[in-house]
Amino acid sequence: MDAAPLLQVTDLKQHFKMSSKFTLKAVDGVSFNIHAGETYGLVGESGSGKSTIGRSIIRLYQPSAGKVTFQGVDISGPLKEKEQTLLRTKMQMIFQDPMACLNPRKKVIDIIAQGLDIHKLYKTKQERTEKVYRILDKVGLSREHANRYPHQFSGGQRQRIGIARALIMEPKLIIADEAISALDVSIQAQIVNLLKDIQEETNTAFLFIAHDLSMVKYISDRIGVLHLGHLVETGTTHDIFEHPIHPYTKSLLSAIPHANPIKEKQRVAITYNYATSGIDYSKGIQQQVSDTHWVLANEEEYAAWIAR
Amino acid sequence: MGEPAQVINNSDFELANDNGRIQIDHNYTSQSYWKDAFIRFKSNKGAVFGLIIILIISFFAAFGPMMNDHTYKSMNIKHKSLAPRIEGFENSFIFNGVANGINSYKQKGLHDVYYFFGTDTLGRDLWTRVWEGTRISLYIAIIAVVIDMVIGMCYGLISGYFGGAIDNVMQRFIEILSSIPNLVIVTLLIIVLKPGLVTITLALLITGWIGMSKVARAQMLKLKEQEFVLASRTLGASNLSIIFKDILPNIFGQIIIMSMFSIPSAIFTEAFLAFIGLGIPQPMASLGSLISEGFKSMTIYPYMIAAPVTVLALLMLSFNLLADGLRDALDPKMKEM
Amino acid sequence: MSETVLSIRNLSISFKTSNGMVNAIRGVDLDLHKGETVAIVGESGSGKSVTVKAIMRILSSNQRINSGSITFNYERDGKRVSQDLLKLSKKEMRNRINGKRIAMVFQDPMTSLNPTMTIGHQIMEGMIIHLKKSRSEAYERALELLTLVGITAPEKRMKCYPHQLSGGMRQRVVIAIMLACNPEVLICDEPTTALDVTIQAKILELIKDIQAKTNISVIYITHDLGVVAKVADYVAVMYAGKIVERGSVNEIFYDPKHPYTWGLLSSMPDIGSENEKLYTIPGSPPNLLNKVVGDAFAPRNVHALNIDFKQEPPMFKVSDTHYAATWLLHDNAPRVEMSDTLRKRIDKVVKEVGSEWMQPHSYK
Repeated sequence: MDAAPLLQVTDLKQHFKMSSKFTLKAVDGVSFNIHAGETYGLVGESGSGKSTIGRSIIRLYQPSAGKVTFQGVDISGPLKEKEQTLLRTKMQMIFQDPMACLNPRKKVIDIIAQGLDIHKLYKTKQERTEKVYRILDKVGLSREHANRYPHQFSGGQRQRIGIARALIMEPKLIIADEAISALDVSIQAQIVNLLKDIQEETNTAFLFIAHDLSMVKYISDRIGVLHLGHLVETGTTHDIFEHPIHPYTKSLLSAIPHANPIKEKQRVAITYNYATSGIDYSKGIQQQVSDTHWVLANEEEYAAWIAR
Repeated sequence: MGEPAQVINNSDFELANDNGRIQIDHNYTSQSYWKDAFIRFKSNKGAVFGLIIILIISFFAAFGPMMNDHTYKSMNIKHKSLAPRIEGFENSFIFNGVANGINSYKQKGLHDVYYFFGTDTLGRDLWTRVWEGTRISLYIAIIAVVIDMVIGMCYGLISGYFGGAIDNVMQRFIEILSSIPNLVIVTLLIIVLKPGLVTITLALLITGWIGMSKVARAQMLKLKEQEFVLASRTLGASNLSIIFKDILPNIFGQIIIMSMFSIPSAIFTEAFLAFIGLGIPQPMASLGSLISEGFKSMTIYPYMIAAPVTVLALLMLSFNLLADGLRDALDPKMKEM
Repeated sequence: MSETVLSIRNLSISFKTSNGMVNAIRGVDLDLHKGETVAIVGESGSGKSVTVKAIMRILSSNQRINSGSITFNYERDGKRVSQDLLKLSKKEMRNRINGKRIAMVFQDPMTSLNPTMTIGHQIMEGMIIHLKKSRSEAYERALELLTLVGITAPEKRMKCYPHQLSGGMRQRVVIAIMLACNPEVLICDEPTTALDVTIQAKILELIKDIQAKTNISVIYITHDLGVVAKVADYVAVMYAGKIVERGSVNEIFYDPKHPYTWGLLSSMPDIGSENEKLYTIPGSPPNLLNKVVGDAFAPRNVHALNIDFKQEPPMFKVSDTHYAATWLLHDNAPRVEMSDTLRKRIDKVVKEVGSEWMQPHSYK
């Protein structure tokens, strides 16, 4: 972890002006780093700004404030040709909805090769086809699938096509925006395992965005817990799961159901209500718990949570 | 459970060989979109009927005027106001040359003369004139589609895709245009230009595409936040390629449907203009001007109005049926709404 | 065992599609007892939603019920009535059963709420129409119901419109509306899938809580076994239009018999363990357009026997409440055990609960 991080997000803010009176602060000052080959899990409920962060980083939105550096290049300001090419090839995204993320009128081969087409990354048609076939193999689909249309596939297979489309660019960072939330549990596991295999082979870093901590545990090295546009707790997977400090993290953890019906019937999930908890995220600072573990709190809160 | 009991032997209870079997993924087999749409279209009898009628009418529009020696403007005062007569139908109840109980052919002593649709008060062959008029109507249909496709679609797509200030300006412009009644525009144009095809084409050019642009814009707004469009953006696709390569194929069905529906209204606009005397100048004919002429002597010579009205009605009906069938075939969801 | 409220026998449903007939439900048997929760678990396309839609008789026009019966036992004017719901007309269903005796909560709360009416109005509406209550009675009852579903300051909320509430609140309101007419059966079709995990946990606790108070019977549909552990008394695991295993929730979680159930349990993320890799069921569910020969799960089953490809397994009895449709339970079948990982995981949770669950000591 000594080398400079692959992605450095510093005090990122994303505000949406909804009307002349109201500005939605979807992301309000978030900082984190992702190193090459690691998986950073970003967890939070709907409306916490987790998808917005992903989209701001990949520049589907123009960040309101803050700085994002990718491979040492600032990609948060106006993009020049060179920066644009770097961003659009070396950073890729996997989307949530397996139905909506593939163009229904295009064949699988053209969907996967779209990035190659745009950046002209092949010399002959043959080379293009070869590349697509190789990626199809990698994501567990067969070559015959290349000439079919997306609606001929099941949800899990479509998600694999989406992964292939990102992977063919040989990216350094893949942002997986709730990539498994819309899938059945058994298929979720398939996709998570596939992503892990890919990472082992290609050393690609992942920003894994999810609303549920349970699958994140299997794929992430470090986790950031996001609530209402603030990172309330960050740490390694071990830190978050074994030593959670922030009450919101604790409530998220307690909401995960266990495969133990007798115990589960008695267990009551911890309730966390920001409005009545008396916590003000904008007044807190990042308190360091250990080398890898931070929590957003003011001095009083921090002392109280640590004591517990 | 209700199946007949099969003989079960011990080898049945050995673990099956699982080489390569496990990884097989079942696909949801189904045809490509267009093939599916074609099957749905074929099963819609009305639409197929419409298509066949349009083809037949187009055939006559192309070759009808050549089927006899008359031209649309050749007058033969001796042959004026003849009822429809076709060889071989002399004794049938229709096309027998009889109108109002009088066989004008016999009256005038014309034995070897046959006018399929009869002649008008100036002795012009109505058969030729009706198909000449149909040509005009079909020309207008094509013009309407081209204008819809080229101007309306592009305008709507661009306005919807870029949004913000661009969209605002483009939409205000449309509002100004559509606030002027069509008839006023045509009347103004006629002051500047002579009545005729050019004027009608110009009139369509000014306002004919507004409906289409609204449909295209609405579809664009719906699709541009879809994840597959976002995916194209993250891959660095240019705006034009996203509009025309990613989004357009997805809304092409609706675009075709919309333009099909705009055909009847364009044809009717022409007929209406001709009827009130702002259309094609004499001696040229359009279905509308034929109806207008026939209308003047409708009580005496009803057959003069019958032919153009029938063709016009069939044409409108067929385009509507075809559009309906295309809508159901290309976009099955729209029907359920 | 308490009395049976709803019993489905040999239900078979097919869909007409442009590519041919899809046999979505291929012979489903299911019982629902008073005051209990049956969870139907399965992947998308397994037919779990279609089954409950058949109960409500809200199948779409291209879906046809081929055979079977759904017997609904209820009390009317003090008399026990037994009625096959499939024999009623749609109009009779609407007037007598739907909403009044069997209510359904859908995945998206907004589909059940009218955006132009206050929630108070929507809760009271059913009571005034179906139960002929006066306005003030209905108002009192509505307040009670909102309190029951855990909404604070119910008087204030009664005047709210659906868009003014959060997703979790809306689902609570929907549940309150559904409970308004004191139905005997509540069907929940993935009611928490669209919600955040923390809210999901609360809704599940709420359903359990309501059940304890009102003794209502619940059918709960989900693809997530974790949810099942929390709410269900009985579990039916569905695969490709059939129930492949059913039993009490403890039997399914502590002593599963069907390889598909093993697969589902193993692919559940386990928070307690430090396992690196998740088990997955290979492949994807079969396409029901094709006729299923033998066991539909066989192509994805690592433990498939030769007979699985020839003949469909019958339901083998494991205990009085526990049945599984797999040839592995046949006397002649080889001894096949679940994977070590799953074995360890189950052993661990069994140890946690101790004597409450008696491990069956003998395995065949």
